[in-house]
Amino acid sequence: MQILTANRLVDGDVVFLTGNYDWSIEINDASIARDQTEACRLEDIGTKADKSAHVVGCYLVDVVIVEGRIEATHYREIMRTKGPTVRGDLGKQANVYGSGGLRSGQSPLAAQNHHEVQQEFAHVSL
Amino acid sequence: MYRYDEFDATFVRQRVAQFREQVARRLEGGLSEDEFKPLRLMNGLYLQLHAYMLRVAIPYGTLSSRQMHKLADISVKYDKGYGHFTTRQNIQFNWPELKDVPDLLDELADVEMHAIQTSGNCIRNVTADHFAGVAVGEVEDPRPVAELIRQWSSLHPEFTFLPRKFKIAVIGTREDRAVMKSHDIGLRIVRNDGGDTGYEVHVGGGLGRTPMVSRLIRAFLPRPDLLNYLEAIIRVYNLIGRRDNKYKARIKILLHETGKQEVTRLVEKEFDQLKKQNDAVSPAEYERIAAYFQDPAYEDTDFNLDAFDEKRKQHPQFNLWLNSSLSEHRQRGYSIVTVSLKPIGGIPGDASAEQMHGVATCAEKFSLSEIRVSHEQNLVLPFVKKQDLFELWQGLKKLDLATPNVGLASDIIACPGMDYCALATARSIPIAQDISNRFADLERQHDVGELKIKISGCINACGHHHVANIGILGLEKKGVEFYQITMGGEAGENTAIGTVIGRGFSGTEVIDAVETLVDTYVELRQENETFASTYSRLGVTPFKEALYATA
Repeated sequence: MQILTANRLVDGDVVFLTGNYDWSIEINDASIARDQTEACRLEDIGTKADKSAHVVGCYLVDVVIVEGRIEATHYREIMRTKGPTVRGDLGKQANVYGSGGLRSGQSPLAAQNHHEVQQEFAHVSL
Repeated sequence: MYRYDEFDATFVRQRVAQFREQVARRLEGGLSEDEFKPLRLMNGLYLQLHAYMLRVAIPYGTLSSRQMHKLADISVKYDKGYGHFTTRQNIQFNWPELKDVPDLLDELADVEMHAIQTSGNCIRNVTADHFAGVAVGEVEDPRPVAELIRQWSSLHPEFTFLPRKFKIAVIGTREDRAVMKSHDIGLRIVRNDGGDTGYEVHVGGGLGRTPMVSRLIRAFLPRPDLLNYLEAIIRVYNLIGRRDNKYKARIKILLHETGKQEVTRLVEKEFDQLKKQNDAVSPAEYERIAAYFQDPAYEDTDFNLDAFDEKRKQHPQFNLWLNSSLSEHRQRGYSIVTVSLKPIGGIPGDASAEQMHGVATCAEKFSLSEIRVSHEQNLVLPFVKKQDLFELWQGLKKLDLATPNVGLASDIIACPGMDYCALATARSIPIAQDISNRFADLERQHDVGELKIKISGCINACGHHHVANIGILGLEKKGVEFYQITMGGEAGENTAIGTVIGRGFSGTEVIDAVETLVDTYVELRQENETFASTYSRLGVTPFKEALYATA
């Protein structure tokens, strides 16, 4: 299974193509290609989207569904859907976990211990 | 410090205005990404894993307090309240939004800073010894030369589209604190028997996937010939350097494939031609620039050694900090203080806005408002009176910037790795943090002594792992991060490339492996031997045995 991802032009945030041909910052909104034909269709959309003023650098990402939620399989892509593992207070994970605080000026030293974040990455062995 | 003249200021403002228009056209769809990407890269703007990243040039690593305050303000206004100091003496902001970058650049221009030529296949920001101007035994401050090269190379029309990026470093001492021999061109200021100042010219150094130590192609280049000679080198490279394969496009490959002798012959031939048509560096122009870097008015200080020693006894932490953070200053009564950006378990090179403001204020009070950035991702206060050391230490402690670990096991260089970087194959920061935590006992670190651990998250080697006592390279194998260890590297005067010592480790195992290597050294060292000297006496065998011995 694959989904189409890119970075949003205006701010660089990671986005995913939805079933409505829109882009969402939430991976669970992504439209899933379950076979080769579907994947090719997404890829075509990506090629066109790369010429737009909305997103940059479209590509397909392998995913699985775990307990009804879409999850990327490669550790690089898992990080793209969450944020830096060493700064649990930043990136998508900050919003997901409700710690918010974007542009808060918080000291990196006060950041969440990366081990807590890393528990989520346990299957990629660190 | 160097101050922009009218030309510099106009040039930077014009560039911001141009970029503002380019960003607007991109956002409106008038420019495609293919058209826009080279334009943003020329202005230091990358698109990374989670966001854009702006790399701001800090020429030869010298900053004023005013500039540091501005960087802190920018980090709050346009980023997420912190900045990352890099191995190229620059600062990177990890989260700016494209639409805000022109405003950000305008604010940088207010304090005579920019992000021009911090990316792309051009001559990059010129780096220098972070102890420039205060180092003992310095022939001459390397910064006037670095500034001269900066002015010459900024928007040099012939060198805007080189085969690859091009990095120049300048030092003025025998000791090399700027990894000079790992640069495309490394210059060392020397004085000849006649008392004239000139340069040793080293060419073809570099890290990355094919690490090489540079070769000396001119033992003494007279000062007036400098720019013509640099032009000759880069012209030869520009003309015959490979462009068919980006991994073979650096000048080190040209030197390796074509040979030092032939490259030198071509350079000297080009230089002879250039000398006839171009002006030499005039003494007046050199002096004009050098005037910005003159020694400050040093004061006679009333340093009381007894009282100072008493403070050391009363405050063991202060004593420990002095032992690792101080370097000898060439002016009596003064010290060079290295401010560690490596708190135990912290992110190497990161500083919060509060810390940046704090260091800027410390520099205003204790270091003539001047700060340096070192390639080891620390900050330096170059003009601290010995009598102010205790007060400075207390100030830094409040900012969590007084970790007494400079040059020790937890003073680790680490690239951003996959936590931020789109090119990375593995993370490097968590490895640095785990090693730092493993050696959290500072008494133990001081006992272990000088140790250079450097970590890169991909083969491009931004974390300098090739020139480390213990180098760690993060790679991917079958969808999992794994880490290779190299040993025997060195970054100083006797620059050497380390070699991989054996099979790689998982992210957890590699921490144990580093500890095993350190314990092996402690067990085998002779009196006063550093890690590096024990390694060079015994070679890799005992370390390998300790690591890979089957139980």
